[in-house]
Amino acid sequence: MSVRVPLPRWVDVALLPILNVVLAFLIGGLIVLSVGQNPLEAVGYMIYGAFGYGSGFGYTLYYTTDFIFAGLAVSLAFHAGMFNIGPEGQAYVAGLGVIIVALLLNGLHWALMFPLMITAGGLFGAFWAFIPGYLQAKRGSHIVITTILFNFIAISLMGYVITKILKPAGVDSDESAPIQAISRVPQLREFFALFKNSPVNLTFLLAIVALFFVYWLVWRTKFGYAMRTLGRNPTAARYAGISSSRMIMTTMALSGALAAMVAVNNVGGVQGRLILNFVAGAGFVGVAVAFMGKAHPVGVALASLLFGALYQGGQELAFSMPGITREMIVTIQALVILFTGAMGDMLRIPLEKLFARWQRTAGGG
Amino acid sequence: MATQTSSKQRLETAAASAPAIELRGINKHFGAVHANRDIDLIVRRGTVHGIVGENGAGKSTLMSILYGFYTADSGQILVNGQPHAITDSRHALALGIGMVHQHFMLVENFSVLENVVLGAEDSPLLGKTLAHARAQLKRLATDYGLEVDPDAIIEDLSVGQQQRVEILKALYRGAEILILDEPTGVLTPAEADHLFRILRTLRDEGKTILLITHKLREIMAITDEVSVMRQGAMVKTLVTAQTSPPELAEAMVGRRVLLRVEKGPAAPGKVMLEVQNLVVTDDFGIPRVKDISFSVRAGEIVGIAGVSGNGQSELLEAISGMRDQLLGTVMLNGEPLSLRGDDGAARARLAGLAHVPEDRQRMGLVTVFQEWENSILGYHHEYGSGLGLDIAKAKAEAKERIAKFDIRPANSDLKTANFSGGNQQKIVLAREMEGNPDVLIVGQPTRGVDIGAIEFIHNQIIKMRDAGKAILLVSVELDEIRSLSDRILVLFDGHIVGEADPATADEGELGLLMAGVTKDGHAPDAGPGTVPAHETLIEKNLTEMSPQDNKDKSGLDE
Repeated sequence: MSVRVPLPRWVDVALLPILNVVLAFLIGGLIVLSVGQNPLEAVGYMIYGAFGYGSGFGYTLYYTTDFIFAGLAVSLAFHAGMFNIGPEGQAYVAGLGVIIVALLLNGLHWALMFPLMITAGGLFGAFWAFIPGYLQAKRGSHIVITTILFNFIAISLMGYVITKILKPAGVDSDESAPIQAISRVPQLREFFALFKNSPVNLTFLLAIVALFFVYWLVWRTKFGYAMRTLGRNPTAARYAGISSSRMIMTTMALSGALAAMVAVNNVGGVQGRLILNFVAGAGFVGVAVAFMGKAHPVGVALASLLFGALYQGGQELAFSMPGITREMIVTIQALVILFTGAMGDMLRIPLEKLFARWQRTAGGG
Repeated sequence: MATQTSSKQRLETAAASAPAIELRGINKHFGAVHANRDIDLIVRRGTVHGIVGENGAGKSTLMSILYGFYTADSGQILVNGQPHAITDSRHALALGIGMVHQHFMLVENFSVLENVVLGAEDSPLLGKTLAHARAQLKRLATDYGLEVDPDAIIEDLSVGQQQRVEILKALYRGAEILILDEPTGVLTPAEADHLFRILRTLRDEGKTILLITHKLREIMAITDEVSVMRQGAMVKTLVTAQTSPPELAEAMVGRRVLLRVEKGPAAPGKVMLEVQNLVVTDDFGIPRVKDISFSVRAGEIVGIAGVSGNGQSELLEAISGMRDQLLGTVMLNGEPLSLRGDDGAARARLAGLAHVPEDRQRMGLVTVFQEWENSILGYHHEYGSGLGLDIAKAKAEAKERIAKFDIRPANSDLKTANFSGGNQQKIVLAREMEGNPDVLIVGQPTRGVDIGAIEFIHNQIIKMRDAGKAILLVSVELDEIRSLSDRILVLFDGHIVGEADPATADEGELGLLMAGVTKDGHAPDAGPGTVPAHETLIEKNLTEMSPQDNKDKSGLDE
């Protein structure tokens, strides 16, 4: 029983995450140091790799795109009080929707194909998230458990569909037939030469739109109001006559549709085909992004950029400093996720005490 | 009166020795809030000392400092004349200070004996401790009239008995000074009387008792001295025999307060709300409302009296569409209400039923929302056409209500958690009343609300009645039921066991009904609120009457 004085807002939204990242990098630096490498040099390579030249920056934005969608998916569900751990599976299944429409209408101009991919992928992703939503709303199965399980189901299902159904005869690798160039989502390098040969594509702009859309939906609509009521106080939602079952199913479907855009980015924008395990963990990074971004679009955008930079900068680092292995880069990325996500509140109480003391000496003295 | 002279004697003898507790210049800040400012307090040994004050006056903070939950920023605590820096509750206990919390700190499925020794075990093996405790309990029972079966399981005990276990826990640990925080909130009048008898015995045996309450009647009935707190400061300490409730109320609020509700006679119109054979179960499927029928007319206030936990919560929740009813019909203005499903409350509201819930923080508000957001809760569909939420309109109306209901601070953008209990209640009331409903159901309208706001809230409810609304009022405060209602129905164990006219009913009679004892053991013959004939109520020892649960009362801490 102790009274906690809440932190000033700027500390909560800015200082705390920055301190967490710094802490992660300090410990990552110790690891780098322990294998006899120079951590400052490593950080330099990472920053250069992520932002230093056009192609690298393009890659950073490409990863950022995935993370924005996955992060928004988790954030949206979070506002309704649900913890959607399933963007990974939802994005994966959405890939099926994207490739079906793309292969059926292969050769259609991208200006028509792009919205079709968004719609078809969105529907598949929404469906994959709707089922856990339905199970929670009507059967009381906990969404955390079901969405995790649905990730596994998605892996098995998609593995079967890709290797047994979509894979054309005579192709060795596990992937579908390709989408024709005219139907693919155009690369940003076609408009901005800066991005050279990087895979960042029009889906990045869609991600920016999605950030605004989620802000509008959550804070500027009646639906968002009802959603936040349910998320913050389910008893008050019942009191207000907000149907929690309907809200859970709708929100999960929307969340799944957001996660689905990862598939548009990858299948429609980069690979031009559906390949095995194309999501590659982006869905899980979304959970960390949503946490770090406090489920707010601005936070999600910044956190996504950070993780995008970590991914791309990490590749650069592995390439430029042979002494640092891929595994070590994964470790550093994991440290950032650990410190910003799972242990994001570790510094909160010490900071609260510190600020309470400052206030007292400033105000009471 | 005899008690007055003895009270005087006690104060005189106590003045001779060092006070049990003396506080000097206690200050406590929480951030920018100055919760306790320069508090001086002397509690004389062997007396009952009352502390009154509105919510947020700093009573609880002060007691928490005394009990070692918080440390004061500055100031001194003297126990029996010796200065001490009390660091935690163990330390406080070692100094002989024991606390009986408003919400009992008992392990529900442990026996009385096990609860008493919990945290005071002498050795890893319990046998010796338990035997010792059993002997001690027997002694305490005979010394102070604190009789409780040591082998009874806590959850089988009535609230009054559970409270006795709390007192026993403190005494077992050697408490000489007992702090009781709002001890009567959960008790029937009979149980409260029993508690006061125990407290008097304890005092006569030389124990010192600090009683925190907001009920001025209790202060007058049992205390020797009373200290009044307001806005973190100690306003004054008075000898109880030389003061009066109006004087205390004025000291608490800082202005004159009308303690009586002034209302004209009711002019009941047609039946607006009719409840027929309603059966409602709780979350565990246990029936809590058992075949209840009654009606409320336009322009009247029907009060439901009863000890907390006798089905009031389930009744309110069922009528308002928050809880599925098992059987029965709720008719509003002659039309049956369809309340099933998790959006039943929306349909009830649409039909013209407004609901001020008994637990505003758990049900009626989203405390992390801004004030204007709570001002539209349940009515949010009316703000804006299409998908968008008309925030400008919502804020404008919130501002109007803030002015009309004198909600402070007058800031519709402020987080609701930062409003005081009384102002939060005004936010809910304003929302529900301004929707211009036909029927208003109100649960515990003034629970945890300051005296000044109580007056306002009562007047608003009367105003609604006079505007021709049908009002169903549920409260565990008998005084509130009696002063507001035009008709009183008494709820016991899920049944309506009687109806009374507030003008003529006396408190003893109502108290007996609330404990389930009817005249001649039969249900009284009354109008719409009659008990089904097959119900015969068993007459039991009053103190063994068991209001089922006190678990539902969480969330009233401010």
